[in-house]
Amino acid sequence: MAKIVAGIACSHVPAIGVAMDRGMTGTPYWEPLFKGYGPARQWLARVAPDVAIVVYNDHANALSLEIIPTFLIGVADTFPIADEGFGPRPVPPVRGHAPLAWHLAESLILDEFDMTIANEMTVDHGLTVPLSITCGQPSEWPFAVVPLCVNVVQYPPPTGARCFKLGQAIRRAVEKFDQDLRVVIYGTGGMSHQLQGERAGLINRQFDTDFLDGMTKDPLALTKITHTEYMREAGSEGVEMVMWHVMRGALNENVAEVYRHYHVPASNTAAGLMILENRSAA
Amino acid sequence: MSQPPDYESIPGTYVYDARRGREGYALNMFCMSLNKADNRKSFKEDEAAYLLRFALSAEQRRAVLQRDWLGMLKVGGNIYYTIKIAFCDGLTFQDVAGMMSGVPKETYAQMMLAGGRSPEGNRFKKSSKTGEDHG
Repeated sequence: MAKIVAGIACSHVPAIGVAMDRGMTGTPYWEPLFKGYGPARQWLARVAPDVAIVVYNDHANALSLEIIPTFLIGVADTFPIADEGFGPRPVPPVRGHAPLAWHLAESLILDEFDMTIANEMTVDHGLTVPLSITCGQPSEWPFAVVPLCVNVVQYPPPTGARCFKLGQAIRRAVEKFDQDLRVVIYGTGGMSHQLQGERAGLINRQFDTDFLDGMTKDPLALTKITHTEYMREAGSEGVEMVMWHVMRGALNENVAEVYRHYHVPASNTAAGLMILENRSAA
Repeated sequence: MSQPPDYESIPGTYVYDARRGREGYALNMFCMSLNKADNRKSFKEDEAAYLLRFALSAEQRRAVLQRDWLGMLKVGGNIYYTIKIAFCDGLTFQDVAGMMSGVPKETYAQMMLAGGRSPEGNRFKKSSKTGEDHG
């Protein structure tokens, strides 16, 4: 039986990928951020998952405005790296896990989550930056990936509560998969940031801290945050944090926070990283 | 829709909703075309001619040609799309964010290093009837 062992919440700021790709991680600007990634990489290497389900959003790369799926799952064997407007990132292509991805697609749809299925797609920084943050710069990624895209570009994104329930359904589906796989799930995006308009640069450390604390203390309360509250309090792009609820919903009620790192700024954004391990309900 | 959506009370913020989605579709799809290297080359060679391939309004066309980043948002631009023009120009997200907020690049960078723009006083439009900023 496959099993979800842990969840990773992680910002996916594109500039973090650029800093790694251009060898700038030791500069005074970036060093404090990257220093905090070391323990997470060590933890992940120890856990050595077979598969990661990565919940992220595409940013006008694989998907445009022609067709806007609210939830999409990638079932390919390989996902090439997208050209986001300045050439693809120099990172390895992402290896999929088609059997698990198809099983998830079927199970989720029959469990009343109407997934869009992608047989071919590229992946952008939303997916690759969290891999870079947690794996460094390997010649190939150390595990297979099931990409799960959530629309947060065209208003409205799915609600936090809906995302949490999708996470619960993912967990039910994973546990019905008949291969022994150790699975981790990433919820990416956030934390507070606003990239647009006169209010660009908004950061709300208190909101972010409360959100990080709430992931263990009262995750269901966090699912009640409305889109307007995210946008008002955590910046218009802070609404990406709905994706963290998919990750949280896929974990046990009882989780332990084993690592946290928070740093301002990464370009325009508050960068957060949190690792949650499942604990038994008893 | 009889009532304006509640997020309209947030200052300096252009939520990409149905209204902007309708207005900005062609503008944003032009931006999307810049994901292809050949298109980036054609655009750089003759911007005005390249834009004729897309059904932009006069104001959208002006905003693109003059790199009026805030202006693009006001006529339906979505930041994840309009930023592709900036990438084409060799600008970063932070460069554009500074320009949209109307301060010099260095001032914006310093604000971010000091912890970013505070939500205090920035939650509601000053003229908003929906409430005070309760900080």
